[in-house]
Amino acid sequence: MSRVFGHTWSLTVSRMRLAMRNRAFLFFSLIMPLAFLFGYAGLFRRFGPEAVPYLLSMVLALTVMGSFWGLSVQLVTFREQGILRRFRVTPVGASAMLASSLISNYFLTLPTIAIEFYISRSVFHMAGLGNLVSVFILVTIGTVTFASLGLIVASVTNTMQETQIINQIIWFVFLFISGATIPFPMLPAMVQKISLFLPATYLVSGLQRAMIDHTNLNSLGSYLASLVGCALIAFIVSAQLFRWEPETKAPRQAKLWVAAAVVPFLLLGIWENFNGDLRSHAVKNMQSIREPYSLERIEH
Amino acid sequence: MLSGATIEVTNLTKRYGDVEALRGVSFAVNEGEVFGLLGPNGAGKTSTVEILEGLRTPDSGSVSVCGLDPQSSGAEFKYVIGAALQATALPDKMRVHEALDLFGSFYPQRRGTQELLARFGLEEKRNAFYSQLSGGQKQRLALAMALVNNPRVVFLDEPTAGLDPQVRREIYDIVEELKKEKKTILLTTHYIEEAEKLCDRVAIVDHGKVIALGTPRELKERSGAVTRITVRMAKPETNGALGNLEGVTECRTEADDYLLYSTRVPRTIVALVKHLEEQNNELVSLEISAPSLEDIFLELTGRRLRD
Repeated sequence: MSRVFGHTWSLTVSRMRLAMRNRAFLFFSLIMPLAFLFGYAGLFRRFGPEAVPYLLSMVLALTVMGSFWGLSVQLVTFREQGILRRFRVTPVGASAMLASSLISNYFLTLPTIAIEFYISRSVFHMAGLGNLVSVFILVTIGTVTFASLGLIVASVTNTMQETQIINQIIWFVFLFISGATIPFPMLPAMVQKISLFLPATYLVSGLQRAMIDHTNLNSLGSYLASLVGCALIAFIVSAQLFRWEPETKAPRQAKLWVAAAVVPFLLLGIWENFNGDLRSHAVKNMQSIREPYSLERIEH
Repeated sequence: MLSGATIEVTNLTKRYGDVEALRGVSFAVNEGEVFGLLGPNGAGKTSTVEILEGLRTPDSGSVSVCGLDPQSSGAEFKYVIGAALQATALPDKMRVHEALDLFGSFYPQRRGTQELLARFGLEEKRNAFYSQLSGGQKQRLALAMALVNNPRVVFLDEPTAGLDPQVRREIYDIVEELKKEKKTILLTTHYIEEAEKLCDRVAIVDHGKVIALGTPRELKERSGAVTRITVRMAKPETNGALGNLEGVTECRTEADDYLLYSTRVPRTIVALVKHLEEQNNELVSLEISAPSLEDIFLELTGRRLRD
């Protein structure tokens, strides 16, 4: 076991180093989320500093969800270039290779999160920090979950082209109907119902509640459990389907395994659609940022 | 087949769709031996080596390396082998010393990065990115990485393919050094010179089968000790008389040259000179070459290695 940890750590350090030298990585994982933060802050400037926790929670969610995109592309590139097969003749196993992807991605995400908090406080005068423990746990579990979903895409796609098409489709769904860009209450009712089956929706909602309502971990239990369940299943499935060789194709039935990773959010989505309170929390959180604006309008 | 051999391959078969890549390949490699798999592209060399490295599974037959099954022995097997693969790469932005550090960290026993950099002439490139290396430097790094765990068995798949002659000679020197260290080496090549120079024994592979096996000398002797006399004449011969000269077993034409395969060279030359006088023809050039592995391949398959 210590051997596997040793390999994982060596690979993690190496991959972090490689990522830091990759301009595309720096753009997508640091510059783009910050651009979103400045963009949102500019758009919602009239709502004042009270709006910043809401905006920051959306940007934090985007930053965490970015893990989904980067890892699948990197893994497929490594496989296509024959880099993975060189590791295959060493004692390194698929689990160490995948775990190092997750850990390095997590360590590289944390500084961006810290910078986003720092800018929100120092530039946009955000008053509080929300429930930092809840935010930290959501960021941690969310990063691992979305990275694992990325690994699963890498495991079932055979070419970079295929990977990018699937990534685009899933990414746009996460981006536009989870509340990360368009607030959940503003989505049409039917889209809201679908949105409740997406892991991204629970990440966004959880971060909003932690940032605005200071919600503690107990109250976010079902969200966290589903994210953890999804991450675990996605990791196990991607380790099972892991391919070292570019010419080894994913078996067709393997793609069915992927459905297993969706199960936790399928169950949570059904429950939320009938009994859940995510919708009411989302409305409440959004109203909380409208108040100063409304008061301002009333005063005038 | 020798029992207790370091590498044993028995009746290996492998099929890719309709293509039968290996059709019952068998051989054994002894401890400290440099063994070559020689054959044209698509002969089955890489499939054999990749099965031995554990990268592919055979359809039937068995292999063992140091008594271990590559498919089921896990890390124990990986500790005893080193491999320079034919089709492989490293991340572009990985530095040379980082690659050696990283791959070395996977093994309980390893050679120092500095030692390997010095040995493979990569000291000046220690901080260079992989993408900045020339083809020869990449190959030297691949060899250094193959030796990072000081393995008992080294697999070199086409180690000099696509390299210029000078770099090729540098790689030969490295293999010669490994030979002195008594490493067991299995190398694949389609360069005759490489097999003759480096290998203690050679298996000639064609269409997924071993068609000849032995030391380069044994193979040449077995070929009937036919010596090749390459003759160029002022006027071309058209009547096929050269094939009937004393000692000549076969006559082929290649561009303007006539290749006479002879078992009795002095008599053939005397007969050739007489024949030229009778025909009022002149000798432009004459070259006598002892049989090479290329000739043996030609003799066995009717094709040249590069065909």
